[in-house]
Amino acid sequence: MVSTTEVKNPPAATSRRRRRRVRTLTRRDRIVVALLLGIPLLLDLAFVWFPALATVLLSFTKWTGVGGIHLKACTSKGTLPGLPQPGCIFGVQNYNQAFTVYPDFWPAVRHNAIWLLVFIVFATPLGMLFAVIIDRGIRGSRVYQSLLFLPVMLSLALIGIIWELIYAPNLGLLNTVLGRNGNNNLINWLGDPHLNLWAILVEASWRQAGYVMVLYLAGLKAVDPALREAAIVDGANAWQTFWRVVFPTLRPINIVILVVTVIESLRAFDLVYITSKGNPLRGLELLSVSVTQNIVGETQRIGFGSTLGVVLLVISLVPITAFLFQAFRKEDR
Amino acid sequence: MAISTATVIESGIAAPPRPRRRPISVGSVAAQIFMIVVCVLWILPIAFALYVSLRPEAETNRLGYVSVAHHFTFRNFSDAWSQSDMWRFFLNSVRITVPAVVITLLLASAVAFVVSRLSFKFNIPLLILFTAGNLLPQQVLITPLYRMYLAIHLPHFLSSSGLLYNSYAGLIVINISFQLGFCVFVLSNYMKTIPTEIDEAAIVDGASVWTRYWRLTLPLCRPAMAALATLLTTWIYNDFFWAITLISTGNKRPITSALANLQGQFVSNQNMISAAALMAAIPTLIVYVALQKQFIAGLALGSSKG
Repeated sequence: MVSTTEVKNPPAATSRRRRRRVRTLTRRDRIVVALLLGIPLLLDLAFVWFPALATVLLSFTKWTGVGGIHLKACTSKGTLPGLPQPGCIFGVQNYNQAFTVYPDFWPAVRHNAIWLLVFIVFATPLGMLFAVIIDRGIRGSRVYQSLLFLPVMLSLALIGIIWELIYAPNLGLLNTVLGRNGNNNLINWLGDPHLNLWAILVEASWRQAGYVMVLYLAGLKAVDPALREAAIVDGANAWQTFWRVVFPTLRPINIVILVVTVIESLRAFDLVYITSKGNPLRGLELLSVSVTQNIVGETQRIGFGSTLGVVLLVISLVPITAFLFQAFRKEDR
Repeated sequence: MAISTATVIESGIAAPPRPRRRPISVGSVAAQIFMIVVCVLWILPIAFALYVSLRPEAETNRLGYVSVAHHFTFRNFSDAWSQSDMWRFFLNSVRITVPAVVITLLLASAVAFVVSRLSFKFNIPLLILFTAGNLLPQQVLITPLYRMYLAIHLPHFLSSSGLLYNSYAGLIVINISFQLGFCVFVLSNYMKTIPTEIDEAAIVDGASVWTRYWRLTLPLCRPAMAALATLLTTWIYNDFFWAITLISTGNKRPITSALANLQGQFVSNQNMISAAALMAAIPTLIVYVALQKQFIAGLALGSSKG
């Protein structure tokens, strides 16, 4: 949409223009530029990049948040219980503990992976399917689009609350319809560790599909109609036209959707927090939830919480890099 | 009429650019049935929540949620409103969302202006820095951020706690900083589409950088700013994570995160909890009805590359 009117200048003209422009900046202009750029940059560095970097550094320490951090290796000597211990350098011990001892780690990784997988094989294709059908302009497509889009507007906290009415064991919609609402044959959708993740993923997909649909519709609208015409003239059917002709041109939007999908499944937190009423719930361990648990409550484990944050960071760098690569490739040339 | 269009397409003589009418084929009937079924399923959770919240708790406890209603009442809504500080939570949301959206747009447009309208050596690295920052999961930042918020002191007129932690200012700052990246990305892409000749003419007229930003570029960005404002308002209003982790006092929380408190307060009265949740959705539903186009335009701007 935006890309259509890119201004192209021959390189020589551009550099001449640049020189002229720099010269035209007065002293006052320079101060204005410094402020326009400086204030937002300062905020971004202080509240986004500094914490991101600090997470990495803190992950090599052991710190309860009481007292400062001493740049000394942690002693293995046990201290008196109740005595606040200053922070110390812990090396890779946090990582070691996370991978081997911490009981929530591998379940959390598995659940995050399942979350991502469900988004990729279920929610995203569903949203794509909605978009393709709506884009064909069938009767009522505007109404369909609006209805399917509604959950995207709602907060995840609210979604968690209203779905509890569907999953409620005794009174809920699902068990009533299934005839499993008697006290002896209840299905505890949100409490059973084997079921609750899947129940929540239905809620999450309910919202995600609409989100993907909107992004995809934007992409489909930008596809040159001449491409489809050409395909139809060549005798391609709808299926072939979509997969062989339209889909390949949607590469940028596919990357955006992939990024959104991965990041959303790493960020997954709100639904689980609301469903488990703020307490850890078996079957719903997630990396994001574990990070948060280590900073709240009486015993803060700043170092260990950071370690889990670094794990999230490393995983998220993959889609972030992919996105940046496709978004800025043209300009780097 | 529909059929004649279709024959033209099939024979491939003069296919219209985007066939809007399709023949009544098995495919389109199947598509209609599919979409109707899906839409009913999609609306069901919301309609069901409304249905339950309009019924007395005693009745639904006796008959289950899936039953014919004997009484409809707004009691759950009025009780949820009066038995909690709901007005205060809404007020908190306004106090946080409005400044956060306005300041984010101002700051983001400033950065976007500098990197896209002034030739500057570090354009691309700066854009990458801002864009990537917005893509990080919040939980990557939260541990150090939490300690920072406990360590940064504020004067009392900004924060009654004296700290950035547990203050409106703190929540506004993190929402601004975190959303900046996305807005910078969108606005700089948008500004690149404005012809450079406009700027050149202004330079010839001796316009200062500030004039070029404030008087020239910003007014031209109105469509993008409107779309972003809609998007940001919804996102910041719907924010749950920052408010849960950085605000500890219940009555300072904005409405979305306060739902977690209400859930504890009205425990076991699901009718009232869902009534509260539906009331919390009203502002976003207003945006949905009135500004859906803006919202979708914002998402489209964000997903397309300039």
